[in-house]
Amino acid sequence: MTTGTTTAPTPPITSPPQPQNRKRSNRLPLVLIVPTLVLLVAALGYPIGWQVLTSFRKYGLLQQFGAPAPFVGLDNYIALVTDPYMWTVVVRSVVFCLVTALVTVAIGGAMAVLMNALTAWVRVVLQVALLVAWAMPVVAAMTVWIWIIDWRRGLLNWALVKLGFDQAQGHNWLAQPLSFFVVASVIIIWMSVPFVALSIYAGLTQVSTEVLEAASLDGATGLQKLRHIILPLIAPVLSIVMLLQLIWDLRVFTQIKLLQDAGGVANETNLLGTYVYQLGTGRGDFGTASAVSILILALTIVLSAYYVRSLMKEDV
Amino acid sequence: MRRSRVKRVLLTTVALVLAVVWAFPVYWMLNSAFLPNVVLQSTNPTFLPFGGSLDNLRTVATDPSFGSALSISLVVTLTTVVAAITIAFFGALAISRFRFRGRGSFVLALLLIQMLPAEGLFIAQYKMMSSLGLLNQAIGLAVLYTAAVVPFTIWMLRGFVAGVPADLEEAAMVDGLSRTKAFLKITFPLLAPGLVASAVYAFLQAWNEFTVALVVMTEQQSRTLPLWLRGFVQASQSRETDWGQVMAASTLVAVPVIIFFLIVQGRMSSGLVGGAVKG
Repeated sequence: MTTGTTTAPTPPITSPPQPQNRKRSNRLPLVLIVPTLVLLVAALGYPIGWQVLTSFRKYGLLQQFGAPAPFVGLDNYIALVTDPYMWTVVVRSVVFCLVTALVTVAIGGAMAVLMNALTAWVRVVLQVALLVAWAMPVVAAMTVWIWIIDWRRGLLNWALVKLGFDQAQGHNWLAQPLSFFVVASVIIIWMSVPFVALSIYAGLTQVSTEVLEAASLDGATGLQKLRHIILPLIAPVLSIVMLLQLIWDLRVFTQIKLLQDAGGVANETNLLGTYVYQLGTGRGDFGTASAVSILILALTIVLSAYYVRSLMKEDV
Repeated sequence: MRRSRVKRVLLTTVALVLAVVWAFPVYWMLNSAFLPNVVLQSTNPTFLPFGGSLDNLRTVATDPSFGSALSISLVVTLTTVVAAITIAFFGALAISRFRFRGRGSFVLALLLIQMLPAEGLFIAQYKMMSSLGLLNQAIGLAVLYTAAVVPFTIWMLRGFVAGVPADLEEAAMVDGLSRTKAFLKITFPLLAPGLVASAVYAFLQAWNEFTVALVVMTEQQSRTLPLWLRGFVQASQSRETDWGQVMAASTLVAVPVIIFFLIVQGRMSSGLVGGAVKG
């Protein structure tokens, strides 16, 4: 939820913040943040605390129905670390995340460079197309994609047969884990590229044309300009966008869950998010589910550190 | 000169192809929504909705389950928007107008919380809601959504509040307005665009959210629109899938959001994707 694809990485800032020192205001700011604190502690702080405690307890189906939940120390974590399936899920999630994020940023970056070179009307057409895709609610987008790849009447198989791949006739793309993940990755890339392309393009428009013209006068080729002027200048945007993609792709849930609904074999296609869901709601094993959740939260915080630090710098 | 012309044509072609690729799934949804299932079941796809009708849309929209999901989504989303904007507005005032002890940690906490994934929390949130008797209650879901959007909303509003110079307010006070009046008459109107942008952000998040709703709204009659859409696909799958109706259902969920997003996108992200929309 905090991670929707429409989440903007940087807020619109019209002018630098102007800190004000007011005399009679020692209490007022504290009163103003009370509602936020109460809400966050109640709706997020308490569950996180519960989760930390539960990750050290035996908390299965019996405990759901009122049996006492004894503390078992690190047992849940040890069970996880020694469970080969958990490692499969972790490795799968990391590989999926790296591949998807890298391809997204590569395509998005290339598209941003392309936009920079286009005539105005073509650029607007491309931007509108990207915005329309970006605006699609995730569940609606997934539903259309599932229709496109449907094994019986889907457009994809029809097109492949037309192109001469007869074996595509009636092929179910979700049945094999590998093609399942390729499909998931393509869909997620389609969903994420608009944000990446538009953000990097915004970074590119900040590169001053005078510097580029000066470089041209000095005889720099297009590629040289890209490497020595443009890339260093947009490096901050690029790294932030890359980081956000990594963080978001590591815990994809909705897309994987809906593809599993549509015919994927859950055990062979679980990533971290769907694994927790299965542990918690499927098997009622809240102890282990909490331990995995803590792992996801810890990973997120480690990955977010750089992003959060760069945001803090904006906060003067 | 000729070489650059060839290059231009080439770039334009690539860009238009990409535009088609990105817009196509949305088009395909609309196209299929207008076509009767008989047409969709034929071997060759139909690319233009000629001979289509509003039948699918009408059938789906008059289904009572749609009305119920729509009203739950509306209640949850509006509650979230109002609560989040109110709470975040106070928070944003505090961090952009005042220096106080603990301010740094407060901002740091907001930014970190903003990154926490629902997937790392939903089991505990489910447990909490069930022990409070708030499972399947719109208000329970709205509280979770508000908590999820408030950190980023504060961060977003902070920029707008900081953009209104406090000098302006002080000048009004010198001219004899009370502090509250100066705030209401001078600062508040200048903040309106910021409030609208944050409200839209909260709206889109709550309207589209799937994960937390899936966990907390377990009963069929308390489904939000995204859950309803998923249920609609599943119900349809147990028979021969009626893709026309499924796409009509997707269209009903998506089109209002797309229109809303396109209208406010420019305002919301001037600064975010600086002028990218204007081209």
